[in-house]
Amino acid sequence: MFLKYAISVFSALAISIAGFAGTALAKVEGDTITLGSALSLTGKYATNGLHTQRGYDFAVDRINSTGGVKVGGKSYKLTVKYYDDESTPARGAQLAERLIQQDGVDYMLGPYSSGMTKAIAPVSEKFGVPMIEAEGASRSLFTQGYKYLFAVLSTTDLYLPGAVHFAADQKKSAGQSPSDVKVAMAFEGDPFSMDIRAGLVELIKDYDMKLIIDDQLPADLSDMSTTLTKVKALKPDILIVSGHSKGAATAARQIDEMKINVPIIALTHCEAAKVHEKFPNASTGFLCPTQWTPNIDKKDAMFGNAAKWNADFIKAHPSYSSVPYQSAQASAAVYVWKEAFEAANSFDKDAVRDAIAAVEMETFYGDVKFGPDGNNVAKPMFLRQIGADGSYNLVQSFSDLDYPRNVSY
Amino acid sequence: MLDNLQLLFVWAPIINIQVILDGIFVGAVFALSAYGLALVWGVMNIKNLAQGDFVIMGGYLALSLHYIGIPLPLILIIVSVIMFVFGWGIYILIIRRIINQDMFVSLLATFGLSLLLQQVINLFYGPEVQTIDMKMGSYDAFDYMVSVPYSKVMSLVLAGIITFCVVLFMKRSRMGQAIRATAQDPRAARVLGIDTDRVYAFTFAFNAALCGAAGVLVSIIWVIQPFYGITYSVRSFAIVTAAGLGNLPGVIGAAFGIGLFEKYTGMILGTAYEVAAPVAILLIVLIVRQINMKRNRQPVR
Repeated sequence: MFLKYAISVFSALAISIAGFAGTALAKVEGDTITLGSALSLTGKYATNGLHTQRGYDFAVDRINSTGGVKVGGKSYKLTVKYYDDESTPARGAQLAERLIQQDGVDYMLGPYSSGMTKAIAPVSEKFGVPMIEAEGASRSLFTQGYKYLFAVLSTTDLYLPGAVHFAADQKKSAGQSPSDVKVAMAFEGDPFSMDIRAGLVELIKDYDMKLIIDDQLPADLSDMSTTLTKVKALKPDILIVSGHSKGAATAARQIDEMKINVPIIALTHCEAAKVHEKFPNASTGFLCPTQWTPNIDKKDAMFGNAAKWNADFIKAHPSYSSVPYQSAQASAAVYVWKEAFEAANSFDKDAVRDAIAAVEMETFYGDVKFGPDGNNVAKPMFLRQIGADGSYNLVQSFSDLDYPRNVSY
Repeated sequence: MLDNLQLLFVWAPIINIQVILDGIFVGAVFALSAYGLALVWGVMNIKNLAQGDFVIMGGYLALSLHYIGIPLPLILIIVSVIMFVFGWGIYILIIRRIINQDMFVSLLATFGLSLLLQQVINLFYGPEVQTIDMKMGSYDAFDYMVSVPYSKVMSLVLAGIITFCVVLFMKRSRMGQAIRATAQDPRAARVLGIDTDRVYAFTFAFNAALCGAAGVLVSIIWVIQPFYGITYSVRSFAIVTAAGLGNLPGVIGAAFGIGLFEKYTGMILGTAYEVAAPVAILLIVLIVRQINMKRNRQPVR
């Protein structure tokens, strides 16, 4: 009996303390602005969650060490409060609520992946808390009419059209019509890959190309040999695969084993799946979309230019040989927060939200300007082709492309 | 779908060979884990939902051993031994306590074990997709229309050898006989002096070792990820349901059948439906059984 009583008293106490701690930790305290983020630090997105966190922290450190954020003539430091969402959307939504309600966070940074962003955006929207996210590219995030969601990255519908344009250009240069192009596609059924597919299907229809294979891949993908058998038999001009890292790894492995000889192969997540390190032979000539590369000509006052950011980031994290773009865009998101605070010259949520909506800036990551739906409309998507030596070469027009894929099995 | 059928039977019938070969390779690997499941199910009436996770665990162990440069046959033996010991430990820790409880306890316990294994593997190896590339190349035939990776041929041969050893073991050895006796009637076996607790422990450990061996083969022919176990569990259940318990030739036959069915489904309906194929078979088998039972059921007069 006594024990029961003690427990209830204790838990009541604990709750009230937590409540106090919550209010004490509010958004701006002293000279510190607290941003909040639920990130995937464990679970299936852990690797990319870590890339994101490092990107956030790198930018926070840089901004703090170069004078911080200046609002109302006073200089503030940034700090980020993280929670681990365990790569599960339900947990992410819960933690977002906790950040906003208990911890008093008024400014959010995004989680990793479109799926997690989809779970968290309604929460920040409900409380009117602006969120700048860097890792959720799904087009469908920006068709919901969200007012407080902003993304520095390009949306999924822009990922792979470039590759289809190249296939069309190839036919044109050979004196044929783009409608002669035979397209083979295999996409996972998740929202991200389906968005990419939707963007392509429209384009293929516009060109009147022949879509000869249009397979869906399962979530637990470890074998896509049936799709590739069809590819072998039907000999398409271009093969497009998207299914996250596992899709890229499985595709590269089986393209190698089955000696698939399609002149243009485009797939997402090449870097994340380390396709060239694992399958150097087959992956030569793969076209891979990327949000950012260190060799673009973009600069800003905070990080220098793209190459400088890249070099500094590697200096801070020597374990990277090449930096994933996830880290770069995470840094860019924090940088946009600084600009928005300074432009708003206030900590009022809605004033800051309007300032974000009006942001127009050049960063090492590319231009940032948000459209009415909150996505970044100023930055293009890039395509890179894997060279025989494993280098990723920027391809901006068909003439830059190694055609056909230079591969010998 | 129609053009896929045309492709198979009109335009390029040669690719049937590829599909059939792939189905056989797939079936060989499934047969191992399915037989293990049939054993545990038949002998101790435990439905092991962690079956697929044992497979994946074997795959990751193989990956570690491969990185330190151990040759494949040795990897197979070492992984089987480690998994055997692991299985014995799990028996003592968990299975022994639930063996006489009802079905739901065993389902819950093994499901919990499955979750635990996934997360532990994820913690140690990370969520990236991994694979062992044996760099063995492939054999091509019919103007590159059919290509057979040597790694798959090797896994088929190894699976064959393992199955042969298992058959021999179950038929000839004292332990094999004791297992079969216990499966038939545990009480009679106990009366005749068989230590059934030891038999149970051995059976479960033996199952883990078989799964480990299957995992090694999976890691050299496909890719593995900590959360992929469930697909192997589902396939094992489908195969065992189709074949019946304690019926080794039946399990092997059903495994190859499901492998082929999977590949043809993938070919005709698309790769996404491959995983659904075994579940469809499971359903069909259950429905057909039910109908048969109804037909044979007679009222007691």
